[in-house]
Amino acid sequence: MSGSCGRIPPPFPDNEDQEAESDTRVLDSDEDDDDDDEGEDIFTGARSNPITPTSAPDEGDIFSEEGSYIRSDVHHATNGLHSDEEELDLFTEATVELTLTNTTSQGRREITGPTASACNTTQVPNSILKPSIVTKTTEELEEEESGDQFELNIAVTNPEKIGDGMNAYMSYKVSTQTTLPMFLNKTFSVRRRFSDFLGLYEKISAKHSLLGCIIPPPPQKSVVGMTKVKVGKEDSSSAEFVEKRRAALERYLQRVVAHPSLLQDPDVREFLERDELLRAVNTQTLSGPGLLKMINRASDAVNKMTIKMNESDNWFESKLQEVENEEQLLRRLHAAVDSLVNHRKELCSNTAVFSKSVAMLGSVEENSALSRALSQLAEVEDKMEQLHQQQAFNDFFILAELLADYIRLLGAVRCCFEQRMKVWQRLQEAQSTLQKKREAEAKLLWANKPEKLQQAKDDINEVKLSTANDKHNTWESKVSQYERDFERVTCTVRKEVLRFEKEKARDFKQHIVKYLESLLHTQHRLVKCWEAFLPEAKAIA
Amino acid sequence: MTEGSSAEAELSVRVSSIRITDVTQDGDVLTFAIASQKLNSSAGVCVFRTYEDFDWLQQSLFSQENLPGLHGIIFPPLPSKALPSQSNTQTKALKQLGFLALGQAWQSYSKALEFYLQQVATHPTLCKCNALDSFLINSESPGRQRGRKGIFNRLSQAVEEMRKESHKDVDNFFQNERIKNTNLAALSKVATEKLLDVVMTEQKLALACGHFSTSLHLCVNQDDAAAVAFSKVCLKLSDIIEAVKRNFEKAGSSNLSTLGLGLDLESRYQEAEKEMLFRRTCKLIELETVKKSTEKAKANKREVMEAFQKAVEKEFSLISSVAKQEIERFHSSRVNVLKNFLIGWCEQQLNTAKEFAELYSQHLEACRNMYTE
Repeated sequence: MSGSCGRIPPPFPDNEDQEAESDTRVLDSDEDDDDDDEGEDIFTGARSNPITPTSAPDEGDIFSEEGSYIRSDVHHATNGLHSDEEELDLFTEATVELTLTNTTSQGRREITGPTASACNTTQVPNSILKPSIVTKTTEELEEEESGDQFELNIAVTNPEKIGDGMNAYMSYKVSTQTTLPMFLNKTFSVRRRFSDFLGLYEKISAKHSLLGCIIPPPPQKSVVGMTKVKVGKEDSSSAEFVEKRRAALERYLQRVVAHPSLLQDPDVREFLERDELLRAVNTQTLSGPGLLKMINRASDAVNKMTIKMNESDNWFESKLQEVENEEQLLRRLHAAVDSLVNHRKELCSNTAVFSKSVAMLGSVEENSALSRALSQLAEVEDKMEQLHQQQAFNDFFILAELLADYIRLLGAVRCCFEQRMKVWQRLQEAQSTLQKKREAEAKLLWANKPEKLQQAKDDINEVKLSTANDKHNTWESKVSQYERDFERVTCTVRKEVLRFEKEKARDFKQHIVKYLESLLHTQHRLVKCWEAFLPEAKAIA
Repeated sequence: MTEGSSAEAELSVRVSSIRITDVTQDGDVLTFAIASQKLNSSAGVCVFRTYEDFDWLQQSLFSQENLPGLHGIIFPPLPSKALPSQSNTQTKALKQLGFLALGQAWQSYSKALEFYLQQVATHPTLCKCNALDSFLINSESPGRQRGRKGIFNRLSQAVEEMRKESHKDVDNFFQNERIKNTNLAALSKVATEKLLDVVMTEQKLALACGHFSTSLHLCVNQDDAAAVAFSKVCLKLSDIIEAVKRNFEKAGSSNLSTLGLGLDLESRYQEAEKEMLFRRTCKLIELETVKKSTEKAKANKREVMEAFQKAVEKEFSLISSVAKQEIERFHSSRVNVLKNFLIGWCEQQLNTAKEFAELYSQHLEACRNMYTE
């Protein structure tokens, strides 16, 4: 369990020329401007949402569209590489990858991966792997956040309906392009269905949530949406639903691989690589496991209400409160964006109707110049309708879905805190059991009954539990194990939350830039429309 | 004041200078300040009128006596009376006045009334009406004189009228004109309504943007570095959405004040032409009825009937000739009016679009620079 909350470096690549790794370990994150300079370089290209609703490009083109990424060797010797800890001196040369594409139809996400190959010593530079339970300062934690960049791009494309009737389902193509050595190929793709994604989530969640990781939540199930698709309704709303889901699945996977520990998980690798996956039946709501899940969730909720954790660290309490507040805020924002999207759609249809009425007016108009101008006007309004449609789409995918994702992510953050509480609870129970047994032993000592005393001693030393992870054989060692667990979870949660917040700010920034770009684009096209119409209006005699 | 007198009086003010400069609301009553410049001096005149005064003017125009072919005139349409009372919700106002109900401080409505005055003043026959002159320059208002009803000013929807409306014409020119007019009137009304829908939605969008922008302000949180970064982002987005909101407001008001007004005017003018054509058709029916009765008349009454028939014939031909002139004048002027509205509309929208393209571009620059902060 020791390595699970840290980053395990992959086997070092043989080829020194491999430019995939770049160490842009940023050290003085709180102080220097350099930090965000790095941030810009690293994260500029990582746009993860589609702008256009057009169907995915051809097979070979999925990643070649972004072929314009430039690799440049940048020496970062002067870039804040003075290190506090000597291990970090190893990274004196860095390669930075810049991705300059703007309109990729799939996402690229450069992830912070495990430490680089430049580490030639056997010493693992990552201080996380030290089994210390020293609480780290915020700065140190933030240092550990940024690591090396590996190239890993994931796209979810080509939704296809398989089967017919109520047994039909949508199959999505998951394509990966990577330079990570742990994968068999550099480029590969598999087909997956929605329940596969849910299955992945279940597996990851079972393994990692107890460690305090924030597990990205998958897209929500939708009975209504899927039924429409199954029934075969070929209208725009089911197309919209499929597109929405496709984009959500893509973002989900991108978030999963962006998490350093999750990326190392063999289940994730299997999901991306393996041709045929076992059908995940545990994800159906009314299955046995599904019901069990619901029961567990209910009991968790009850537990939450009854446990009052003795919080030694204020940080957790206030953070949790912050998270809850933010969730409320985001919900409100989401509602506001939703209404914006709806109104835009309304504007769209109104404009279309107006356009038609003007066209009719133009057709009965006798004066030829006026008639022509009116038909031109109808065309202008038609173009504007398309622009409104486009913008509504952008509003939705860039803003609304972002907010919805983060509302659910904040829920995952809360789960993370709850997991820590559970670990604490386990510790408390073990401690109180140990205490009871000690008291029993003391009593017996007093009562001077040697046979029973021996029994009591054995009791304390005996293993009564049968959990698989039990490597120790005394209650005492159990308690100390649980203590270490708790410390570790606390540390992990802290780190995870920091990482999450950084990601969040970065994500939002990116999306706003994207949104502005789309606004600007629409506006320019609008200007063109009007410029084209003006001479027509002036030509009326 | 001699109402209805058709003395050949010329308008004493410069036509192009007629303006409605102000409108004040006192409870239910709107008062308009009308300014104009005297023809032979540089003196300006300013009078205050209410809707009733406008109505009086319209009635006076209708009821002019001894004006041959009066019924053939396409009378400039007067907008309906505005009911600004609190109980009058916006939906009611919209139903009643359409575009004229929108805009701030009755601006569109005043503009429409201004057009009305200008149209009356530029009409070769109507401008000579004394009532117009006194309306424009007399400091005392014409008073609440309802006076004679004159010719009907609203096409009633009685079944009988409908039947008359579709009565076949004797003149091809008029038959065609009636058909064209029917189509244009209907279609321009529809177009006006649809544009109104667009403008209403633009208003809703502006409101929604406002809500979103305000909600974003609530996200400000200065606890730690990450929260500060996030707050900055939210505030930036808030500014952007604020800009989007202003964009909608501007675009909506341009729509309203140019194309909206133009279509509204066009639609009401088509109705006015319809009314004139209807009056002529009624005269035609009257003539045909009289002809039939004359044919059936007994010898002793025949002469009287024939004289009467001749009179009606004369009236009818006068109306028709005036109508023809009016129609031609109407056709050329409406194209011009629409042209000006369309150009104005396009120019305003183009300027707004350019302005906001520039603004968004600046925001984008600022956003990109946020990375390096």
